[in-house]
Amino acid sequence: MPSFVMPTSRQGDGHPSPAAISAVGLRKSYGDKTVLDGIDLRIPAGSVFALLGPNGAGKTTVVKILSTLITADGGQAQVAGHDLATSPDGVRAAIGVTGQFSAVDGLITGEENMLLMADLHHLPRREGRRVAAELLERFDLVGAAKKPASTYSGGMKRRLDIAMTLVGSPRVIFLDEPTTGLDPRSRHNMWQIIRELVTGGVTVFLTTQYLEEADELADRIAVLNDGKIAAEGTAGELKRLIPGGHVRLRFSDPAAYQGAAVALREVSRDDEALALQIPSDGSQRELRSLLDWLDAAGIEADELSVHTPDLDDVFFALTSTSQTNQPNQPKEAVR
Amino acid sequence: MSSLSFAARDASTMLRRNLLHARRYPSLTLNLLLTPVMLLLLFVYVFGDVMSAGIGGSGADRSDYIAYLVPGILLMTIGGTVVGTAVSVSNDMTEGIIARFRTMAIHRGSVLIGHVIGSVLQSVASVVLVGAVAVAIGFRSTDATALEWLAAFGLLVLFALALTWIAVGMGLISPNAEAASNNALPMILLPLLSSAFVPIDAMPGWFQPVAEYQPFTPAIETLRGLLLGTEIGHNGWLAVAWCLGLAVLGYFWSASKFNHDPK
Repeated sequence: MPSFVMPTSRQGDGHPSPAAISAVGLRKSYGDKTVLDGIDLRIPAGSVFALLGPNGAGKTTVVKILSTLITADGGQAQVAGHDLATSPDGVRAAIGVTGQFSAVDGLITGEENMLLMADLHHLPRREGRRVAAELLERFDLVGAAKKPASTYSGGMKRRLDIAMTLVGSPRVIFLDEPTTGLDPRSRHNMWQIIRELVTGGVTVFLTTQYLEEADELADRIAVLNDGKIAAEGTAGELKRLIPGGHVRLRFSDPAAYQGAAVALREVSRDDEALALQIPSDGSQRELRSLLDWLDAAGIEADELSVHTPDLDDVFFALTSTSQTNQPNQPKEAVR
Repeated sequence: MSSLSFAARDASTMLRRNLLHARRYPSLTLNLLLTPVMLLLLFVYVFGDVMSAGIGGSGADRSDYIAYLVPGILLMTIGGTVVGTAVSVSNDMTEGIIARFRTMAIHRGSVLIGHVIGSVLQSVASVVLVGAVAVAIGFRSTDATALEWLAAFGLLVLFALALTWIAVGMGLISPNAEAASNNALPMILLPLLSSAFVPIDAMPGWFQPVAEYQPFTPAIETLRGLLLGTEIGHNGWLAVAWCLGLAVLGYFWSASKFNHDPK
């Protein structure tokens, strides 16, 4: 991927960048281990950005730097119009962070956690109570509000965590692996919550190991590997980076298979499975013409399936440079 | 609001959080109270006759030894309480909520200030409880004026403040609660090696410097002087100097550890 030149917002010249988050050349190393080796980001306000990467790629380090938890060794970044290095408190006032590990106070109740946040955001007492009650309601925590947070299930803790993050109405929200360890229902609830946040105009920066999650939620996705952005774009753009879309026809009768193979010519054959693969982008138009063509040729397959490359394929293709055992077949998505 | 009043507001929010913890989970605080109370009862009722013979020469009885012992026990109570501080600071630092605080626009030091004020208040409460036990078994002040009581109280608070800041630093450098309680062990051991139980001149010569050049001994001697009318001498200034020195040292140590990037 060629790196692109970023219009950075210079401080004090009166032209704030429309980007909610922008970073140039972020570097971080621990001892002689380089974790981030020059990260460039530009995330428009009001969008969802997913940072995708295998364990240890440096996702959490990016979040920690952008949320002012740790300082970068090099590079510069602005969040919500404030420079990380010169105005960390300006950044802090505009962001909300839900880290990978639960950031709730387990010793006190869910409600007390919410009121603690309200106090720290200097909300007037009455408004603090109102905001806390509203968010507890919205995140379905009213029943558990008076119980110590340490007794909550994983999904409840995560909901409380996000509810606490929202107390100050942050404009930029960082979610570090928000659904790791959640059951499928909680995960879908979390996705719904994230979608609602974005409709409210908030910018969401999320990290995830789940490609499905990035595909579901993110406007733009960056794949982080070995401390560098290996690729960046929409889910569609990333999928186009690797080939592999095709229509697969399977036959049970060897004679029909042979006949079709001869008639279709431009196909790859799988003689053992009696299956033919026809390159295709899987679009409705292409499928219709393919079906018309099959009808005209009198070919009737026992099974037809459309295979599109998904983010898994992109992910493995981009991040497996150091691994030898890489799955290079697109996953099956039968339609 | 000015930044100072924001700082005060954040610190009081953090203090409320710490007091809430202490109220919800009083077992740690109460456990730490057991040690001074047990030592008080042990030394008075079990070793009392021997000890009283040792301190006052002929004619000294058990009540004389109670009077001798209580100031040391009160300061030891503070030493015990701040072990709890080190443990709770270390516990707190392993919690995700501290990372959350660091990413919020709140006064940076408010987390630690909340711990310190909370711990000083707990120390005072503990001293009052142990003091009540002492009074119950017969401790009486001899002719202490109101001003001397006030000075005694001030000394206890200042001493608690000093030890607390050191304990907070110990908590911050400890990776877990066990390490914190080990690191804070000197807070309990030092009073045993001071003039709390026996006068320094009754100790072997080689050991006397250990007992003399440490914060507990001058503080104990000053408290004795204030409550019992014994000679204070240079111990008053020495105690204040120790307290201020430790408080300032502990403050800068803790602040530098806390402001460091977390791992």
